[in-house]
Amino acid sequence: MPGDVYQAPTVSEIESILVKEFPSLQVTRTEARRVYATADRDSIFELCTFIHDNLNFEHCSSLSGVDRESTFQVVYHLSNYENGVMIEITSDVPSDDPRIASVASIWGGANWHEREAYELFGIVFEGHPKLERLLTPSNYEFYPFRKSYKLRGQE
Amino acid sequence: MSYSSILEWITFHNPMDNPFYPFGDLYNLPYDWAYKIWEFLGGLVAWLINLLFPGNVVSTWLISDQVVNVFALLLFMLIIFLVVFVGTLLSLWEERKVLGRMMDRRGTQVGLKGFLQCVADGLKTFMKENVVPKKVDKMTYMWTVSLVIGTSVLIACMIPLSDRWFVVSYDTGLLIIMALFALAPFFILVSGWAQNNKYSLIGGMRAAELMISYEIPMLILIGTVILMAGSFNISDIVHAQYDTVWYFIPQVIGMITFFWCSIAESERVPFDLAEAEAELVEGWQTEYAGMKWGLIMLADYFRGYVACAMGVILYFGGWMLPGIGDLNNAMPEIVFLLKTWLMFFMMIWVRATLARVRTDQILNIGWKIFTPLAVINLLIVVLLKFGGVF
Amino acid sequence: MMPEPEIKLDSMNTDRMTVIMGPQHPFSHGLWTLKVEVDGEIVTDAEPIIGYLHRGWEKECENRTYPKIIPMADRLCYSASMTWSHIYCMTVEKALDVDIPDKAKYLRIVADEICRIQSHLMWLAAVGTDLGNLTVFLWAMREREFFLDLNVRLCGARMTTNYPRIGGVRNDTTEYFDRDCMRCVERFEKRLWDIIALVDDSSVFVSRMQGISRLTREQVANLGVTGPAMRGCGVDFDIRRDDPYDGYDEMDFEVPVLKEGDTYARYMVRIEEMFQSCEIIRQAMKKIQDMPRSAPYRLKVPSAVPEGTHFARLEDPRGESLMYLISDGTDKPYRLKVRSPIFVNVSAAKPMVQGCRIADVPAVMAMVDMCLGETDR
Repeated sequence: MPGDVYQAPTVSEIESILVKEFPSLQVTRTEARRVYATADRDSIFELCTFIHDNLNFEHCSSLSGVDRESTFQVVYHLSNYENGVMIEITSDVPSDDPRIASVASIWGGANWHEREAYELFGIVFEGHPKLERLLTPSNYEFYPFRKSYKLRGQE
Repeated sequence: MSYSSILEWITFHNPMDNPFYPFGDLYNLPYDWAYKIWEFLGGLVAWLINLLFPGNVVSTWLISDQVVNVFALLLFMLIIFLVVFVGTLLSLWEERKVLGRMMDRRGTQVGLKGFLQCVADGLKTFMKENVVPKKVDKMTYMWTVSLVIGTSVLIACMIPLSDRWFVVSYDTGLLIIMALFALAPFFILVSGWAQNNKYSLIGGMRAAELMISYEIPMLILIGTVILMAGSFNISDIVHAQYDTVWYFIPQVIGMITFFWCSIAESERVPFDLAEAEAELVEGWQTEYAGMKWGLIMLADYFRGYVACAMGVILYFGGWMLPGIGDLNNAMPEIVFLLKTWLMFFMMIWVRATLARVRTDQILNIGWKIFTPLAVINLLIVVLLKFGGVF
Repeated sequence: MMPEPEIKLDSMNTDRMTVIMGPQHPFSHGLWTLKVEVDGEIVTDAEPIIGYLHRGWEKECENRTYPKIIPMADRLCYSASMTWSHIYCMTVEKALDVDIPDKAKYLRIVADEICRIQSHLMWLAAVGTDLGNLTVFLWAMREREFFLDLNVRLCGARMTTNYPRIGGVRNDTTEYFDRDCMRCVERFEKRLWDIIALVDDSSVFVSRMQGISRLTREQVANLGVTGPAMRGCGVDFDIRRDDPYDGYDEMDFEVPVLKEGDTYARYMVRIEEMFQSCEIIRQAMKKIQDMPRSAPYRLKVPSAVPEGTHFARLEDPRGESLMYLISDGTDKPYRLKVRSPIFVNVSAAKPMVQGCRIADVPAVMAMVDMCLGETDR
């Protein structure tokens, strides 16, 4: 990935660089040490590689699956060990085609988070080394954290 | 025949006058007790039978020299075993109490300052279901554990408590005890294999690994003591120490090395690799349930007792105390047991302080530290011998 | 000790054996399995298996009103309950955009650090048993009891404390709590040296931990390992200092970082952290003492949370814990995601134990300080 490498980018730097490099990305809001952005699912792998390599975000704090009923979302929380800045990237995944690129090859720590999102929401992470069920038994055929999966009290 | 007084039947002879006396010209205290107990019991029975059927052969047979000797031997075994058994239970109790205090807790509380806990434990393990896993090699599985327990109890009984308290006293006594002592790791290895369990298998392998690391320095050390005393006979070694000094003074290196080797021999922390419960659940004992496990645990303490007793015999003057002259004849057994428990205290202390070492570390320690130390100790003794000090 | 002989895994042509350690195994403090492939005694591969305790915690939260989740957050981890309810309250406060009173902040700091010390002592106890020594276990448990008593004085419960509230904390300090807290901390700082003398001064303990499971800074950062395990490998990052929350920016403390990256370094970091926690407790208690007794410690907050997405993170005793909240304007969360530090730390089990001996597995995994409540959720 070309471009300058920043060891400890500030919030405003991150905002300008990301918007410049990825036109499809939108920075929704910023706070002290926090950047919130939305990104297209097709560009997510390049975006994450860029953030990891050029912006020095060594740590993937968390990766969450979300069921927004109309669509799925995958939310990345990335963190920089130099100055404590975090980026939150939200990426929409259509519910009829829940596929997105896996970032487990970029951050090893995202591996199990992706497996968890897969088993609980059914979002398929393409390129994941071992996309199997982790918390639930391997013979489950449903995705328990989807909103369509009703709990006993909700029926 | 007319009524005969009971005193005609119960007579307390000197067992050494019995032509079948098994210990030659050595006086044996527990045999003496056993002899007298049988003379009383057998005489009582013979007298009763004679009351009912005067002049029968059974009565005279019961108090004949041969029969008294046989029953006295049976009772003798019982006495020897009971003393060792109670001594071992006491060392178990000692471990619980001392370890408890070292860990800032009270230790066991059940009856007699916690001593009766071992009875409770025994009852509990006895009541447990006797589980034998389906896929074990049953014959090997049962035999090996019986042999581990059996040899442990056997050597514990074979340790003489004094000149007058022994099972056999012959010139290779020490070698026999050490040979039997070293047998258990082989049974453990086979047992680990027979159990069809990976933890047991690794535990069994470790027992073998452990044995090749401590057995050689240990034998060198024993050889050194034998060289110094000039005899394989335990009694002779003890008396040689009484005549000169306790051997831990010239052989202080040997004493320390032997102490650690004997901890390894009795498989206690820090060398309890074969049953390392943190990684191997219970090591080679994993598949043994109920009373089998209880007996293995007891055998562990028997081995601990033997290890301490050997240390006392080899380096701390056995049952003799220097400087008290004929008082040594008063209660040498008690002196011996007290010394053993003192030695056991050191083992408990070590257990409370240290962590378990790794297999590669014990091999390193055994070959790179213990063996050279044992050889150095041997050299010192050889020099002392040539110098004419001993 | 002696230098470690180099072990070449491929030079020996031997069969490998899979040993399944768990779910009921003395080394797995909780219900989880480590599938270990061994070559003789050397571990060649490892795969952690979790999920035995999966309760659907996040899904359950979607059915509960916000205050009802606080006691549930306690149950995420039995020995770090305070930090879990704290992070939950912090997340909701962020969504409500409220700034809690200063006194509440300091009380939370005190409670957090008490929790950190008792959690680390629980870990120390587990390390003792994993290395085959029960004395460490009992001594550490003895010390922990004093901090649980402090918990009782502050919150009325020993472990699942249910103390933080959205907008503050449940109650002010009880009478003489500050005095007892200071005494306890002072006594502990002395007593901890006993345990250090028992462990660090013993070459057996040190040789069991030194040099095994070496991880580099890059590996650790990439694998997402956080907390003391990460700082023992040279990553100089502590959320309390570098991304401060709830008044930690006013505290003056050091973050222990070691470059060695082996098990012993991870051990040392945790021990040093306990001393630093004592220091933080002292400073926070001082600030509370300087405040008037009548200072507010709790804000009234609305029950419904405005629509939005928010997250907050905090330094748990075991690493970085993060909660991601999506609120939809009702009084129940739409989605609450929990990022548990151990969930990620244990996923790094393979690089941690590979090449170690099977005897080292408990020692290495002890440094993760497993707690399955938060791992499986």
